[in-house]
Amino acid sequence: MLGRTARRRRETLSEITNKVWDVVVVGGGNAALCAAIEAAEAGCRVIILEGAPKTYRGGNSRHTRNFRCMHQGPLSVLTDSYEEDEYFNDLLLVTKGNTDEDLARLAIRTSEDCLPWMEAHGVRFQPSLSGTLSLGRTNAFFLGGGKALVNAYYNTAADLGVEVVYEAQVKHVEIEGGRFQAVDVEIAGAAPCRVEGRAIVLASGGFQGDIDWLARAWGPAARNFLIRGTPYNRGVVLKDMLDQGADSVGDPTQCHAVAIDGRAPKFDGGIVTRLDCVPFSVVVNKDGERFYDEGEDVWPKRYAIWGRLVAAQPDQVAYSIIDAKSSTLFMPSVFPAVQSDTLEGLAEQMGLPAARVRETVDAFNAACREGDFHPTELDGLATEGVEPQKTNWARPITEPPFYGYSLRPGVTFTYLGLKVDETARVTMEGQKLENVWAAGEIMAGSILGEGYLAGFGMTIGTVFGRIAGQEAAKGATRGVNSNAA
Amino acid sequence: MPLDHATQTPASDTPAADTLTDEARRQIEICNACRYCEGYCSVFPAITRQRAFADGDITQLANLCHNCRGCYYACQYTEPHEFAINLPKALAEARAESWERFAWPGFLAGPFHRSGVAIAVALIVGLAALFWAAQALKPDGGEGFYAILSHTMMITIFTPAFLLPLLAIFVGLRAYWKEVGGEPVSLAHLKAAFVDAAKLKNLSGGAAEGCNFEKGDRFTNVRRWHHQAVMYGFLLCFASTGSATLMHYLFDMPAPYGLFSLPKLLGIPGGLLLTLGGLGMAVLKTRGEKDLGAPALWGGEMAFVLLLSFTGGSGLALYAATGTAAVPVLLPLHLGAVLTFFLLTPYSKMVHGFFRLAALVRDAQQKS
Ligand SMILES: Cc1cc2nc3c(=O)[nH]c(=O)nc-3n(C[C@H](O)[C@H](O)[C@H](O)COP(=O)(O)OP(=O)(O)OC[C@H]3O[C@@H](n4cnc5c(N)ncnc54)[C@H](O)[C@@H]3O)c2cc1C
Ligand code: SF4
Ligand code: SF4
Repeated sequence: MLGRTARRRRETLSEITNKVWDVVVVGGGNAALCAAIEAAEAGCRVIILEGAPKTYRGGNSRHTRNFRCMHQGPLSVLTDSYEEDEYFNDLLLVTKGNTDEDLARLAIRTSEDCLPWMEAHGVRFQPSLSGTLSLGRTNAFFLGGGKALVNAYYNTAADLGVEVVYEAQVKHVEIEGGRFQAVDVEIAGAAPCRVEGRAIVLASGGFQGDIDWLARAWGPAARNFLIRGTPYNRGVVLKDMLDQGADSVGDPTQCHAVAIDGRAPKFDGGIVTRLDCVPFSVVVNKDGERFYDEGEDVWPKRYAIWGRLVAAQPDQVAYSIIDAKSSTLFMPSVFPAVQSDTLEGLAEQMGLPAARVRETVDAFNAACREGDFHPTELDGLATEGVEPQKTNWARPITEPPFYGYSLRPGVTFTYLGLKVDETARVTMEGQKLENVWAAGEIMAGSILGEGYLAGFGMTIGTVFGRIAGQEAAKGATRGVNSNAA
Repeated sequence: MPLDHATQTPASDTPAADTLTDEARRQIEICNACRYCEGYCSVFPAITRQRAFADGDITQLANLCHNCRGCYYACQYTEPHEFAINLPKALAEARAESWERFAWPGFLAGPFHRSGVAIAVALIVGLAALFWAAQALKPDGGEGFYAILSHTMMITIFTPAFLLPLLAIFVGLRAYWKEVGGEPVSLAHLKAAFVDAAKLKNLSGGAAEGCNFEKGDRFTNVRRWHHQAVMYGFLLCFASTGSATLMHYLFDMPAPYGLFSLPKLLGIPGGLLLTLGGLGMAVLKTRGEKDLGAPALWGGEMAFVLLLSFTGGSGLALYAATGTAAVPVLLPLHLGAVLTFFLLTPYSKMVHGFFRLAALVRDAQQKS
């Protein structure tokens, strides 16, 4: 059995190292697949080098659920319309202007074409999921989520004859005189090898899987962060390119982090570890102290800021406490809450100083006032005379049983990336590289310089993945012609 | 949906997932936090209507699942991920366990659900019984079939063989209804359930085209069409027998019937659909991933589809052989298969149709 697998490995290895591929695609997520499909449809011989094993293929894309799509009228599952300017304004709000307007508008405009293209290549959509109705107009949800999308693309790619190698980690991109020649790859169970190509698309995501790098960039606190997605995005190719002088965009010290269930696994916890209880709760740090207005805004909008808030607390941990009357106001999460009939009992179970928690909650309760409570809108039910103030949904925590969740920062992605032009071409010291393109998270920093707009990651990956694939295909054939000439 | 005090089924009620129901509950709660599969089938919308899941809720969800496997291939949490989601399997196992629990009398259920050999033995016994009846109780007169086995004899054997299983199924369904907290059934609920069942909506994959069975993560309708063939084939055969019974008693028109009679017009296409559909299901079964169903039941399920095919095929052969010397052999063969099939219905895979229909009715109630 082992002998056969090994032999098969050797055969595959010689098949892939013995030829010059038209297009080499690094990575196996959404951006990589869109590029590979476009290039293959243009007639190219394409190889995908995916660092993860088959079961974990698809990077962070396998954790996604929707993409944000411009539309001038009802389109597939999308209702009403969502025009370019509104979309761009939404982007400006979250990025605080930290975006490249030309690239952003290109992504937004092209997104409308992408939806039918995705359908034609096997992706199926569903109306927005229960609990996410606010996104029904702007975001198209993938039937079955991101892994179903990734599966559909792998099948389409296979039908187009794209070669896929799993557990193939690209270590180095060989660039000579502004021209890509080959990549150095380590394929599981084989000696390091070299794969040659006429064009390359880099779609290997960010570097959040490399905790050491995160800690260097953010500070030692980052060692306590959880990574919401794949452990395989370690930024190896990004770093290799930057070391060779490729131009970068995005703040190298920043990452997008949200507050997630503190009991989530270190990697790949995905969507189910999100916690939506904060607005209805009192949040304390490990010393039992409150530190921020829990009711500042409706939850999806405040989701991201809590990642940073918790990251700034001792040991990068916080605890959200609710009582019985709020226990059903938010989406259930993957782990049941810690539960106790007394506040002290809850504090003890969560390892918090019980007396201090009691004082904090008593002070908070005393500051609550009468008023109408509306869980789904800013209700102005605010505390008086407690610091920090809770400005909405402030109801005393009094009704047993009490429930508690621990919170930790969960990293979604990093901002540092490769600079590209509107054809997704990578530049080095201001000069366009002849045959190197980049798509997805690895170049998203130019458009998403700060913050995050739900569903925009997949839009960037799809739009620029497709562009990169088309351009790489042109570049590869150009390469052949110029070689022949 | 009214909720009890807990935000989720309390952890203390679900220690280590030590029963099949507990394991299904563990997975369902993860799905309820995720919901990515909401568009595939009725199971996920039913999950999102609740926060805490009692045992009866798990039984209902398990019987609502049609094992299309879409949610397995779409899941980002399948093994080796520590959440170890394999919902088609968890629900298949909880479902099978519920059938054994509801079977009446209970001891009969285990062997025929699990063991193909048990079904084969039952078939041999059934065949032997009919051959013996044909030999020992050979009628003096009679025409056609009735020259081999008298009409009275057939009625004596098949009336109880038909009614007793129905009674057993009724007892099982009543227990099911109690466990899942069913309410009085209205016509609208029945209609909704029958429409879903008639279209096999829950094998359609929602917007996807069909299910993920014989081709891994690719969607195909092949299994759905085969299942339709078996289901409608079976119903046609049943209607054929029913029409013959009516013709015999109400219109005094005993068998044999010609090609353009109602029993034949229903029975021949029915027999073809049943036989070919069943064989197709058997072939598909060898291609599907065993571990996405209840592996322990594989043998029993396989033997059961083959029994269905054999029943249909022997009926067709019998018709084709009308007037030949083969009839004395083929008649007991076919009737023995029918007898076995009837008697095993409450205790084998066949019973899934009844519980699934009940689950669809209950789902229609919960939706309204
Ligand atoms: C939990 C979660 C939920 C999200 N939900 C959404 C959502 O609903 N909508 C949305 O738009 N965005 C969402 N995002 C963001 C989204 O995942 C990303 O923007 C998007 O997936 C990026 O696609 P990509 O192809 O660039 O990267 P990825 O999908 O991460 O793919 C990178 C690929 O490169 C491979 N790779 C890495 N290094 C190497 C190497 N050295 N050699 C070879 N291969 C390598 C990886 O294995 C992986 O296959 C979510 C992110 C997370 C973590
Ligand atoms: S099967 Fe997996 S992807 Fe589908 S809802 Fe459940 S946890 Fe989510
Ligand atoms: S296997 Fe199919 S029918 Fe069963 S829960 Fe999953 S998606 Fe629904």
